[in-house]
Amino acid sequence: MTTFPIIRVVTKLLIPYILLFAFYVQFHGDFGPGGGFQAGVILASGLILYGLVFGLPAVQSVAPPRTIERLMALGVLIYAGTGIATILLGGKFLDYSALEHNFYPHYFPSGQHLGIFLVEAGVGVTVTSVMTMIFYAFAGRNSVE
Amino acid sequence: MNLIAFAILALLAATAVTVARMRDLWAAIMFTGIYSFLSASWMLILDAPDVAFTEAAVGAGIATVLMLSTLALTGKEERATTRSPLIPLLVVTVTGGALIYGTLDMPHFGDPSDPIHLYPNPSFVEKSQEDMHGLPNVVTAILASYRGYDTLGETTVVLTAGIAVILILRRDESHPEQQESP
Repeated sequence: MTTFPIIRVVTKLLIPYILLFAFYVQFHGDFGPGGGFQAGVILASGLILYGLVFGLPAVQSVAPPRTIERLMALGVLIYAGTGIATILLGGKFLDYSALEHNFYPHYFPSGQHLGIFLVEAGVGVTVTSVMTMIFYAFAGRNSVE
Repeated sequence: MNLIAFAILALLAATAVTVARMRDLWAAIMFTGIYSFLSASWMLILDAPDVAFTEAAVGAGIATVLMLSTLALTGKEERATTRSPLIPLLVVTVTGGALIYGTLDMPHFGDPSDPIHLYPNPSFVEKSQEDMHGLPNVVTAILASYRGYDTLGETTVVLTAGIAVILILRRDESHPEQQESP
């Protein structure tokens, strides 16, 4: 926990934009550079910045370690689950063409686009939670004197 | 254009030498962050914004913070070595020489007869427009769809790394008697 007021104020100003940028990178990754990995790291860096400035207990009340633990596995589950879903819909594993639908395809992504969206969401969830968890693990230990 | 690339490469080399010569670990970590940003700039010049993005976010952002967290647990100064630097220098020189010798066989940058520009035919750039319903980012299309299996493996690797870090580093608050003494 730092007592420097300038750092605290600037951090508070920056964090919303960091999180917003992370979501932009996540959901715009199909159109511009970016995707789940980068978005996950940016989202985690927003959390880590909060933890560095306001202390570990503050960030752990925002993102409890128990939730982060479950999210780590949930991301891979979303990814693999997309693959299983394509099998159940009659395609091959991770063959997103099976996700083709006719429910307002102009507004809701369909087929390959939907598959990529789901898979990137899974990657984003896992990367965010793993990076945050690694930070918790390091910051939670006391210095060896 | 070439001038900027050479300037960035020269700065990269200078940063690397500085990091290697530095004894103050705090400054060395900052220099590795600078190294990552320079790499990201260089990758951007090579028209690889996705890779540059990752390098800037992971290399300069997360890696620097994790190194600093590690530094908070260890010392701030590197211990001076008493052993002679001759053998490590020899190993590094020979390995570096072998790597540079290996690159001599590689095709030149941007050579149109590169295998990478000839295969697969039709290329992913041509195929993906039709396959992906006009999704413009070919890199995302390749990573998430054509090579979706690989990316599933990579995500699992990230998960495994996280589990390993938890198992090694985290102290369990519910069993205080099992904690190692600080």
